[in-house]
Amino acid sequence: MAIAKKAFVWGLFAAGGTVSAFIFPVLITLFLMMALGKVPEGLQFENIHAFAASFIGKASLFIVIFLSLWHAAHRLRVVFHDFGVRLDKAVANAVYLVALIGTVMTAFYLYKI
Amino acid sequence: MSRQPYVRPVSKTTWYMRNGRYKRYMLREVTCLLVGLYCFLAIWGLAALAAGAENWNAFLKAQQLPGMAGVHAVMLVYFLVYMTFDWFKLAPKAMPVQMGEKKLPDRYIVIAHYVAWAIVSLFVFWLAGVI
Repeated sequence: MAIAKKAFVWGLFAAGGTVSAFIFPVLITLFLMMALGKVPEGLQFENIHAFAASFIGKASLFIVIFLSLWHAAHRLRVVFHDFGVRLDKAVANAVYLVALIGTVMTAFYLYKI
Repeated sequence: MSRQPYVRPVSKTTWYMRNGRYKRYMLREVTCLLVGLYCFLAIWGLAALAAGAENWNAFLKAQQLPGMAGVHAVMLVYFLVYMTFDWFKLAPKAMPVQMGEKKLPDRYIVIAHYVAWAIVSLFVFWLAGVI
């Protein structure tokens, strides 16, 4: 049981790490452009709304955010341990709960778009 | 009669400061904070998008807080060095490819990751209308 659970958590971690390694440099660049006030055409309301309203758009946004959140949560759990916090159970509950809240929020807002 | 084992004193909170390899490991691990941060920034954007055009434009405006461009630029470089490039470097260790008796050389797996990354990045930039 313990091994099966571990494989599941680690699988999400690896998938999320790959997705974020691939996508986040672009995502951060887009935020950089927004900060400079240079909003690209695709991020104007009509375009981004049409993308997020399509099935492909919803599915890809959900998969990227969901996997990245679980990757971050699992790694943060280990980071707490590495910084000397020896409360793995409480830390695990807290970080996975935040990832769950983020996942539910993502699903909810995508559903409303 | 058992002897007292010698336990080398190691700090639980600063152990990684002893060695460059450990320091790089910690710099790599804390990139998870960036992943979480940008996930929630994106979720904020989705919330604004769901609430309509006015809210989306207010969200875009809020991103122009002074100094944020510099913060994003630093985050981008940090993320590339300690997350993306490190992840690609470790990929052949995590996913070795067996070809009959032999193993596919590591560099092919790493190069394949860089090529795929370039294609994905160009595609998303194209989707966003940057290029």
